[in-house]
Amino acid sequence: MQLRVPVRGPAALKVLAAAGAAAAPVQLVWGGPSEPPRAPLRPPWAPALELDSGTVLFSPNAICQFFFLTRGDEPTDLSNQWLEWEATELQPAATAALYARLVLGRTALEAAQGLGKLLTHIEQSLARRGAAFLAGDTPSVADVVVWGTLFPILQDENSLPSELQALRTWFQSMTLLEACRDAADSVLMPKALLEFKSYLQKQPPPCLAMQRATSNEPEEEEGSERALTEEEIAAAADAWARGAAALPKPWQPQKPVLPVEGMRNVLITSALPYVNNVPHLGNIIGCVLSADTFARYCRLRNWNTLYVCGTDEYGTATETKAVEEGLTPQEICNKYHTIHADIYRWFDISFDCFGRTTTPSQTTIAQDIFQRLLARGFLLQDTVEQLRCEGCQRFLADRFVEGTCPFCSYEEARGDQCDKCGKLINAVELKNPQCKLCRGVPTVKPTQHLFLDLPKLEERLEAWLEQSWATGDWTANARYITRSWIRDGLKPRCITRDLKWGTPVPLDGFRDKVFYVWFDAPIGYLSITANYTDQWERWWKNPQQVELYNFMAKDNVPFHSVIFPCSLLGADDNYTLVNHLIATEYLNYEDGKFSKSRGVGVFGDMAKDTGIPADIWRFYLLYLRPEGQDSAFSWSDLMLKNNSELLNNLGNFINRAGMFVCKFFGGTVPNMVLTPDDKRLLARVTLELRQYHQLLEKVRIREALRCILSISRHGNQYIQVNEPWKRIKGDEKDRQHAGTVTGVAVNMASLLAVMLQPYMPSVSLAIQGQLCIPPDSFVLSHDFTCTLPPGHRVGTVSPLFQKLENDRVEALRRRFGGGQAKQTPSASQPPPAPETLMAPIDSQRLQELTQEVARQGNHVRQLKANKAEKAQIDMEVAKLLELKKQLALAEGKSPEVSVPKGKQKK
Amino acid sequence: MGLEVVVRRCLSHPFLSRWSSAKDGGAAGAGRGGAGAAGEAAGPAEREQIPVLQTNSGPGLTGIMTIAAYLVKQAKKEQLLGSTAEEKAVVQQWLEYRVTQVDGSSSKEDTRIILKDLNIHLEDKVYLAGNVFTLADILMYYGLHHIMVDLTVQEKEKYLNVSRWFNHIQHYPGVRQHLSNVVFIKNRLYTNAH
Repeated sequence: MQLRVPVRGPAALKVLAAAGAAAAPVQLVWGGPSEPPRAPLRPPWAPALELDSGTVLFSPNAICQFFFLTRGDEPTDLSNQWLEWEATELQPAATAALYARLVLGRTALEAAQGLGKLLTHIEQSLARRGAAFLAGDTPSVADVVVWGTLFPILQDENSLPSELQALRTWFQSMTLLEACRDAADSVLMPKALLEFKSYLQKQPPPCLAMQRATSNEPEEEEGSERALTEEEIAAAADAWARGAAALPKPWQPQKPVLPVEGMRNVLITSALPYVNNVPHLGNIIGCVLSADTFARYCRLRNWNTLYVCGTDEYGTATETKAVEEGLTPQEICNKYHTIHADIYRWFDISFDCFGRTTTPSQTTIAQDIFQRLLARGFLLQDTVEQLRCEGCQRFLADRFVEGTCPFCSYEEARGDQCDKCGKLINAVELKNPQCKLCRGVPTVKPTQHLFLDLPKLEERLEAWLEQSWATGDWTANARYITRSWIRDGLKPRCITRDLKWGTPVPLDGFRDKVFYVWFDAPIGYLSITANYTDQWERWWKNPQQVELYNFMAKDNVPFHSVIFPCSLLGADDNYTLVNHLIATEYLNYEDGKFSKSRGVGVFGDMAKDTGIPADIWRFYLLYLRPEGQDSAFSWSDLMLKNNSELLNNLGNFINRAGMFVCKFFGGTVPNMVLTPDDKRLLARVTLELRQYHQLLEKVRIREALRCILSISRHGNQYIQVNEPWKRIKGDEKDRQHAGTVTGVAVNMASLLAVMLQPYMPSVSLAIQGQLCIPPDSFVLSHDFTCTLPPGHRVGTVSPLFQKLENDRVEALRRRFGGGQAKQTPSASQPPPAPETLMAPIDSQRLQELTQEVARQGNHVRQLKANKAEKAQIDMEVAKLLELKKQLALAEGKSPEVSVPKGKQKK
Repeated sequence: MGLEVVVRRCLSHPFLSRWSSAKDGGAAGAGRGGAGAAGEAAGPAEREQIPVLQTNSGPGLTGIMTIAAYLVKQAKKEQLLGSTAEEKAVVQQWLEYRVTQVDGSSSKEDTRIILKDLNIHLEDKVYLAGNVFTLADILMYYGLHHIMVDLTVQEKEKYLNVSRWFNHIQHYPGVRQHLSNVVFIKNRLYTNAH
C-alpha cells in the first residue's frame, strides 16, 4: 500500500505516527504542493492511503484507524468517541489555531489559549478517568489522532498552560513515543510548518480564523470584544504589581550602530526617493514614514536597529533637469537633496543615516558587484539598435529624443512614451526624430550593451524566494507581484545606458556608458551604509546575524524581489538579502491622484506651511496607510480624525488622567487598591497591548494604531463609569476608589506615551514631560505594569491637541486643489484668506491664545461634567467665546464666522 | 431485547434522522453538548445539538457516530461496521464524512460539491463501502434526505449515481422509517444532461 503525502502539512503527522505504531508496511510518497489531490473529497494537503485493493482512504483519522486495525486493535466506544470529537470539534479549531500561529504570527501559548475549552475537555477526561491515555492505559488510535492534531500547534508540552497538568503529562509521554518521534522527524517538524505556512498563505483563511486580525476594515465594533478569562485577569494583575522593575532596561546602541552578537539585528531600508521630485504625502507614507514608525518600534523593543535611506540621484531625469535649469547634474542633486533632507527632518524621520547615491562608495561597490557578476558569467553582451546624434557625439537615451508619435502622429512625443496617446514607444520607431540637445537629426546605429542574465539566475532566485517567503513576512502584494513576474518568465535585462550622469561601467568598450539606474540604485543602500560606517559589510554581508526589512510602494517590488536579489545572488559574496518585503498600495488625494504639474495634492515641503503639526500629519497618514488596498487622503477626514480620535479620545483621556492627579491629589500619584473591575481593565489593556505587538511584529502599522486608540477608549469609559470627580467628595471608601481610578488611568496614559512613540514622537515626548515618566520606563514589554507608582510626582499637565476648525480646513483644501474645491462658492471668503491664515504675524501670541482656548474649553467641559451651576457655566462659556474670537482674529479669520458657530455648538 | 427490535429502535431514533431535533426516547437521552464538547469551537455551520446516550454503565456516549456504532454492536449487527480492517476503515471514513462534510455544509455550493463528490465515488459502487451495506449507508441516507427531497428532476438526473444509491437505500428493509419517500423517475427526461 502506498501513502501519498502531497504537502508536508500537519495532517501527515498522525498518519505517519499510526503507521509507525502499527509497523504497517507502507510505501511513502512525498508529493509537491502542486500535485492534484488523490481523492476529490478532501483538501489537497491531506494525505491519502492507497490500499492494494485499489481503495483510497482520504480521511487521516480513518487511515489511522486502519493501521491500528491491521495491528489487531479493535476500536472501542471510547476511542470512537475521541475520533468523532477530534473530527468535529478539535480539527476545525486546530486549523484556525494553526493559521493564527503560522500566518498571523501568534505564539504557541496564544494559539493554545485559542483552543480553550477543547484542551480543558481533554484535561478533564484524563483527570476523571485517571488513566494514562485517552482510551485506556496504553496508547490507542485516539491518542495518536489527538496528539497529531495538537503537536504542530504546541510542539512541546511547555506551550500548554501549567494548570492543565494531566494534559501536559499525557502530551509529553505521547511526544516521547518512538512512533510519534519518528513521525515528527520525518515530517521534519518544525521546518515542515514553514512549508505549510507558505501553502496556507496562498489559501483563503479558514473561516474560523477570519477574526479581528485579518480584517482590513477600519472600525471595530465595541461589542465584538472577546470575553476575558480569570487566568488573564489574574496574570494582568500580577504583571501590574511587578512594576517598572520588571521592564527591560532601555538599550542605547553605540554609534555607529553595528550588529551585535546575540541580539536581534534589524536593518531597515526605505526605497530611495528620486532626487529631482519633491515627495508628496503618498511617497512619504509609502516608504519613509512607514519604515520610520517600524524602526522606532524596533528600538523601543530593544532590538539593535539601523535605518538607512537617501536620495537616488543618477539617471536621465537628473541630466535633463540639469539642462533645463542650466545647472550641472551635481548642482541639481545638491539642491534637491537638501530639500528632501529638510522635509524628512520636519516629519521627524529617525534615519540613522540619510545619504545619497552620488558618492565614491557607490562607484566602488557597484563596480565590485559588476566585476563579480562578469567573472561568474552572469552578464551577456548584445547589440542594440539605437539613435545616435553625430553633432553631440553620443548615443541618445530615450528621454533625449523627441519626434512624431508612430501611433497618433503627435509631434512632440518623447523617446519612451507619447504624452498624447500614452503609448510606450521604442525610440527608434519615432518619425522625424530630433536630438533634444542640439535639435540635430540622429541616425540609427548599432551599439553594444550589457545584460544581466536573469534566466541563468532564476533557479537560485526561486530557491532563495521559497526560503525567504517561508521564514519572512512579505506583504501579500509583494508576493503576488513577484510571483507574476516569475511566472511570465525572466528575460535578460540591459544594465547599461548611454548617459554621462551615472556610475561608469569599468569595462573596455563600455567606458562611455554608465549603469542603468535600476541596477545602480538599490546598491545605494549599501553605499549609503558604507558612508555611515566603514564596517558596512557587517550589515550587508551578514545574513546570519542581520534581518533585512525593505519598505517601498508596490511599484518598486520587482526591483527588490527579483532584480536586485539576482544581482546579489550572482555576485555571490554572502550578501544580506531581504527577509521581509513590506510594500504599500497607493495613497490618492481626495478623489484623484497627486499631481505636481497640476498642483494637486500636498507635497512634503508644503505640509509644514499648513500650520498643522508634523505629528498630526504622521498620525493621519499612518491612520490611513494603504496597507491592504489603496486609500485616499481627504481634508474633511483629516479634520474628523483629528477632532474625534486625537482630541476627544486620546488627548482627552491623557489630559483627564493627568489633570485628576494634579487637581485631586496635588500632583502626586495616589495609592491604589485594585478591585476586580480595575483588574478586568488591566487585562483588557494587556490584551490590546499584545495585539499591538502582534500587529507591529508583522508590520501591520495601520492596524496597530487602532490598538492605541482602543486603549484610550477603554480609559475614557473607565473614567466615565467610575466618576472619580464625584467620588473624591465622598466617604473614605469612595475617596480610595477615586485614587485607584486616577492612578490606573495615569499609568495607562504613561503606557500610551510609549506605545505612541513610533507614531507621534513629539506628542509622546510631551506626555513624557508632563507626566515626568522616568526614562527607564520608556521601553515596550508585553505586560502593562505600574510605571508611575504611588508617590510619583507629575509635572504640569496641558492639552496635547488642538481642534481643527472647518473653515481652516476648507481654506487648505482650496489652496491645495482637489475635485470638490471648485464647486464650493467662495463669495463669503475673501480670496487672500489662506495667505493671511498662513502668515504667522505673531505666532507666539497665536500659540498662547490657542492654549488658552483649549484650557478654557477643558474647564467648561469639566464644569459641565461636574454638573456645576448654570450661571457659572454660562460665565465660563462667555469667556471661552471671547477667547475664540481673539484667536480667530489673530489667525486672520473673520470672527463673525466662528462666534455663531461656537454658540450653535452649545 | 430482540435483535430486530434494537436495530429498528436504532434506526428510528430521532438523532439518527437529523440529530438537530434530538428528543428524549427509549434508552437514549439527548442533551446539549456533553463534557464541554460543544461550544466555542463549532464547525463552519453551527453545530446544533450533539446527542448524548446515557447508558446504565459509565458516563455516557457523545456523538452520533459513536452512539450509532455502539447501538449496532448492542444489536449484534457488527457486520454493519464492516468485516475486514479495510471495510471498517472505509465505514469509519464515510461516517466521518457524514458528520463533518454533510452536516457541516451550509451553502448551496457546499451541497453541490458533496453531491458531485459522492456521484463520482458511487460511479462503480453499489454501497458507500463497495459491495456491502453498512452503517455508513444508513447514516448518509439520513444526512442527505433533506437535500434529496429538494432536488429537481433535472438535478436528480445530474447526480445519477447518488440518486440510484439513495433510492436503493430508502427501499432497504427497515431504513426509511418515518422519513418521506423521495420519488425518482425511472426514464431519463434530460438525455443530454450527464
